[in-house]
Amino acid sequence: MSQRSEVLLWGAQRVSAMVLALCVVVHLVTMIIAVRSGLSGAEILGRTQGNVAWFAFYTLFVIAVSVHAPIGLRTILGEALGWRGSATNLLIAVFGVVLALWGMRAVFAVFGGGQA
Amino acid sequence: MQTLKVRIWRGAENGAFQEFEVPRLESQTVLDVVTHVQRKCDPTLAYRFACRVGVCGSCAMTVNGQSRWTCRTHVDKVAENGTVEIAPLRNLPVVKDLVTDMREFFDKWAKARGRFTGSKTRKDDFERVSPESKERKRVDAGIECIGCGVCYSACDVVSWNKDYLGPAALNRAWTLVNDVRDTAQAERLAAVAGDAGCHACHTHTNCTERCPKGLSPTAGIAGLKRAVLSATLSGKI
Repeated sequence: MSQRSEVLLWGAQRVSAMVLALCVVVHLVTMIIAVRSGLSGAEILGRTQGNVAWFAFYTLFVIAVSVHAPIGLRTILGEALGWRGSATNLLIAVFGVVLALWGMRAVFAVFGGGQA
Repeated sequence: MQTLKVRIWRGAENGAFQEFEVPRLESQTVLDVVTHVQRKCDPTLAYRFACRVGVCGSCAMTVNGQSRWTCRTHVDKVAENGTVEIAPLRNLPVVKDLVTDMREFFDKWAKARGRFTGSKTRKDDFERVSPESKERKRVDAGIECIGCGVCYSACDVVSWNKDYLGPAALNRAWTLVNDVRDTAQAERLAAVAGDAGCHACHTHTNCTERCPKGLSPTAGIAGLKRAVLSATLSGKI
């Protein structure tokens, strides 16, 4: 991988870490409020489905995870196991896409569809 | 007379610790102990030193598992149960006993473009750099490195990635990045970028913790990371 790409990956990981820090705090606070209010699963889904703002927020969350985790895993594989090179990069890219698909599947299930 | 038990590494990569007993003296340094062993117990012991007063940086070793300069390390400070274990620096090939091959350490300074490149000749006037400028202050913060190799030995990233330039070379590059007279900035930033350069640093701060001169290579490396990213985004490298 070119030096420029390495630097941009580092930048992407830093930016995604900042986004994740915010997303995790919002996610945890929201969960605690929802649980303490005694809402059932059905009641929560009733409020989340079709909510465009929450859909956008969790899409951003999934994108940040899909960017951040593979870059970090790539570094760990390189340093701990000595796995470097194009095969590892391909494996990591697939991992990132799988994370994004899994994450968006959950986002669609909780925030997509329902009553607008 | 009170004595001190000393375990000293003997041999090269495949060696073993050998035990000696030396007289325990007041204000005794670890270098005093090694010198006593060589002069009184075993003249074949190999070690490296020069100034004995913390200027030259040649007597760095691993003492009780931590990288230190031995001339300024008092036995009082490091002895555990009356024992001191002395080994060569980590992350460098061992030549013999306590002597390491420092070539890769200094080669990496060259790889990080650790030399000044100017544009003026001896006929030009001096460049005037304000001591109050932020660049000059950053240079001051890192310039006192004596090249002892303690930070390189203490760095985990070097042990994981043999190509990693290491804290000392990157600290040197950072002082030159902030040298307003230098004309090779783009080349230097390109030299310290990427997987073997500043971006490999995990900010463990072992280098800063162990630097006998109290410098913070970690801070310099953080500055390099920002400078390289900025140069990459603006298309300078």
